[in-house]
Amino acid sequence: MKLTLALGLGLLTLGFAGCNKSGPAAEDDAGVIKVGEFASLTGGSASFGQSSHKGTVLAIEEINAAGGVLEKKLKLITEDDQSTAGQPATIARKLISQDKIVALLGEVASSKSLEAAPICQQNKIPMISPASTNPKVTEVGDYIFRVCFIDPFQGTVMAKFALSKGYKKVAVLTDVKQDYAVGLAEFFKKHLVEAGGEVVREQKYSTGDKDFKPQLTSLKAAEPDAIFIPGYYAEVSLIAKQAKMLGITVPLLGGDGWVGDSLIKVAGDALNGSFLSCHFSSDDQDPVVQEFVTKFKAKYGEVPDDMAALGYDSAMILAEAIKRAGTTDGEKLRDAIAATKDHKGVTGVITLDAQRNATKPAVILGIVDQKFQFIEKVAP
Amino acid sequence: MADQLLELLQQIINGLSQGSIYALIALGYTMVFGVLRFINFAHGDVFMLGAFAGFYLGPKTLKIFGGGPSYAGAIAVLFVAMALCAVIGMVIERLCYKPLRDRPKLTVLITAIGVSLFLSNGGQFVFGAEPKSFPEIITDRLIAIPPAWGRISELTITISQVLVIGVTLVLLFVLTYIVMKTKLGMAMRALSFNPVAAQLMGININVVISFTFGLGSALAGAAGILTSIQQPSIDPLMGVNAGLKAFVAAVLGGIGNIPGAALGGILIGLTEALVVGYVNPTYRDPIVFGVLILVLLVKPTGLLGASEREKV
Amino acid sequence: MFEKSKIILFVVIVACGVASPYVSGINPYYYDILISIGINIILAAGLNLVNGYTGQFSLGHAGFMAAGAYASAWLSLRFGYEFGTSVWATTTAFVLALLAGGIVAAVAGLLVGVPSLRLKGDYLAIVTLGFNEIIKGVIQNAEPLGAQRGLGGMVQHTTFFWTFAFAALTVYVVLSLVHSTYGRGFMAVRDDEIAAEAMGINTTKYKVLAFVLGAFFAGIAGGLYAHFKQFIHPEGFNFMKSVDVVVMVILGGMGSTLGVCVAAALLTILPEVLRYVARIDALPEWLRSIAENRMILYSLLLIILMLTRPQGLFGSGAWKKKKA
Repeated sequence: MKLTLALGLGLLTLGFAGCNKSGPAAEDDAGVIKVGEFASLTGGSASFGQSSHKGTVLAIEEINAAGGVLEKKLKLITEDDQSTAGQPATIARKLISQDKIVALLGEVASSKSLEAAPICQQNKIPMISPASTNPKVTEVGDYIFRVCFIDPFQGTVMAKFALSKGYKKVAVLTDVKQDYAVGLAEFFKKHLVEAGGEVVREQKYSTGDKDFKPQLTSLKAAEPDAIFIPGYYAEVSLIAKQAKMLGITVPLLGGDGWVGDSLIKVAGDALNGSFLSCHFSSDDQDPVVQEFVTKFKAKYGEVPDDMAALGYDSAMILAEAIKRAGTTDGEKLRDAIAATKDHKGVTGVITLDAQRNATKPAVILGIVDQKFQFIEKVAP
Repeated sequence: MADQLLELLQQIINGLSQGSIYALIALGYTMVFGVLRFINFAHGDVFMLGAFAGFYLGPKTLKIFGGGPSYAGAIAVLFVAMALCAVIGMVIERLCYKPLRDRPKLTVLITAIGVSLFLSNGGQFVFGAEPKSFPEIITDRLIAIPPAWGRISELTITISQVLVIGVTLVLLFVLTYIVMKTKLGMAMRALSFNPVAAQLMGININVVISFTFGLGSALAGAAGILTSIQQPSIDPLMGVNAGLKAFVAAVLGGIGNIPGAALGGILIGLTEALVVGYVNPTYRDPIVFGVLILVLLVKPTGLLGASEREKV
Repeated sequence: MFEKSKIILFVVIVACGVASPYVSGINPYYYDILISIGINIILAAGLNLVNGYTGQFSLGHAGFMAAGAYASAWLSLRFGYEFGTSVWATTTAFVLALLAGGIVAAVAGLLVGVPSLRLKGDYLAIVTLGFNEIIKGVIQNAEPLGAQRGLGGMVQHTTFFWTFAFAALTVYVVLSLVHSTYGRGFMAVRDDEIAAEAMGINTTKYKVLAFVLGAFFAGIAGGLYAHFKQFIHPEGFNFMKSVDVVVMVILGGMGSTLGVCVAAALLTILPEVLRYVARIDALPEWLRSIAENRMILYSLLLIILMLTRPQGLFGSGAWKKKKA
């Protein structure tokens, strides 16, 4: 049939045409170092992507204002993956082969990082994820790094803390749509039980949910000493509010996903008496943090959240590594990143370990009078 | 035993209050379908716009009433949002659906999907993707149940929950009254039976259709405000999921049937609460759809829907 | 004519095979786009059979793609090594996994097709949407399939050859069916189901056949996708993905296979073109930020298309007719 023939020929032409193209020649950017970024700037995960993007951009601007790296400015090439699966792979390929980036920053969501990581690994382009916590991400290969905690650490921190406060019977409410929350919950439970605690009941919800009263009602009936909610602030703020409405008075425990502007704004006094582990709090009086918060507020008119801070640190660590390596050569850069030690980041003093994950102390904050209060620092 | 019974009762209350929200949104869907025979996918996004209208205009409106949360102020915010959404709904209809009145249903359906995507993504673009905290327009409190009632007093119901259920009922009655007892309502019913004949009878269908859309959208706006009182975290994508559930509710109850929409909403709300509380929250959405499919298998036009006779 | 079409199909497949090694060497970004085009052609052509030719409004195509993707990925990961490591072995394993994925998807199509028998139009749309959610829900709760974390680690078996060979095959099958008595049956169901029944046409058979075939091809597409991106996640097969495929079918013109193939290619390339537009410094800022927000443009495209040319690029006038 004519149709199939036409199609066939058309595709072949495309194919051969493609052979000859090798993409636009590297632009006349002899004076810049190109760094790629991929994030969800639109779509369902946009609030995280936009946050980390803002932090990253701030870092790059700061670096360039101070003269850049290796006497060149950093050029950030950002692509939006629209919170859609399938896009990270395409974007990674584009940034690497078309834009000729030297390194890739991204992504917040582990599932998106997992899509792009094999491509970076294959092409020997270092990738630094600001916030993907699924252990599998850095297992993809030695070119893949991350600047955040991994699940086992944070989960254990909170479990230890819970037990230290005497909360032996803990209920767990997990956001099953997020790798991050699932991983955290898993390790929390494991450690809690190993150390003599008890998980009295578990419930689940999904990102984007607005009503948690059914789950909370069920958890309340189990009479826990505390409830562990390792999710993100958008839902946690509502959960706290509804928990209070349902007459739940026990403390709520959480992880770094709680850090967000709207957390206390929405929850009001419902979070008083609760605790969370994190690496960043905009109320942390550490000068490094306060400086970052001030600059961020000046540029964006809002208080940074965890994602923004991590985005910032990921870019800073990359820049530092380029300086130390003295080159943007893939292998040498990779080695330099891997050697990152005691980097004074906004999210803590960061050292990248042998598995290319960040070791840094966790900070436990309490919420008192609708404000964050530093409780203790937990070393890895 | 009493504990389990209490837990069940609490879940039922949860289900009823969430279900009323679905019912309220579903009313708008079903009305538009009843009159125009098409499903306005963008309805859920009008719900979202209502919530944002409350966010941006709420504080100013409250100032007129003395600044802080108050019932009078809240009602004012409600009306403002409803009015705004009514206008938005009518504009959308005029721009996007009117030119397609004579086209096959599928075309309009796709257009509606387009409008929905435009509103939600546009919302992300204009409002920003991060969740915003909805201003407090009433002081929400637990209703204290007298201890004399025994263990029942352990249940928690809040004012906002009662408010939502109450307002939904009121609007349900108002809507039914409008449709059944007013001239405009009669015109709407005539239009749903046979648009051409209705025109021949001298009914200005443009006016009726605009009115229908305006009314439906106003309801969505009201739902937006009521929801935000209970769940004060709003974001541009909040309409997508709620809209979908409400759509299921409307279909479940028999699309085109007003009491059916309310019934469907309540059923979906209860199902969700019970599945989440007793089965597994990750099965919530699949089970809700499963229930829908089962009902449609037995009653293809929904629970209260009239069987449609197709003329040959 | 029967023989001629088979020869053409054979020639195209061989040509794909010959070109494949050369094509694999091109810029990986363009390669990615090319493979995506092929996969989308399979999806769109399959859906066109259901929506376009048979008039059954299915909004759940991504569910079938998911079924095929996960089935083939799981089989590949679980049994792939048992075949051995030679090229023949891995290729056979891959193809078998693909076909298995297609069959699983076809079974899903059967399960969806059956309830569809009693439902029409908007009701059918929402039921198919429901099935999409249910399939997604099953995957999200299945630990062996990675649940919410996604499933990764697949070897990149998908090549230009396999993608376009299957694309050619899909187009061939669809067109052959459509130009046969089956096609008459499909279109009769679309045009007027009651009249078709009155004429003695077994509408059940045609509706179910359309669903099953459409689902089978979606499953193949899913398998190809899984073995190309090497990582799959349940959210990648949600309602939005289904809408994507529906838009391709609408844009191409329901009932025109050539149209949907062209539309599939166009809509795959469009987001990438917009990426470049957003980068062009010469354009004003507001225009660029709109280009960055592809979804806004996409939705506008949809609305304008429906308002001005609902029959799509190549569609038959049937969709423009005004109802009496």
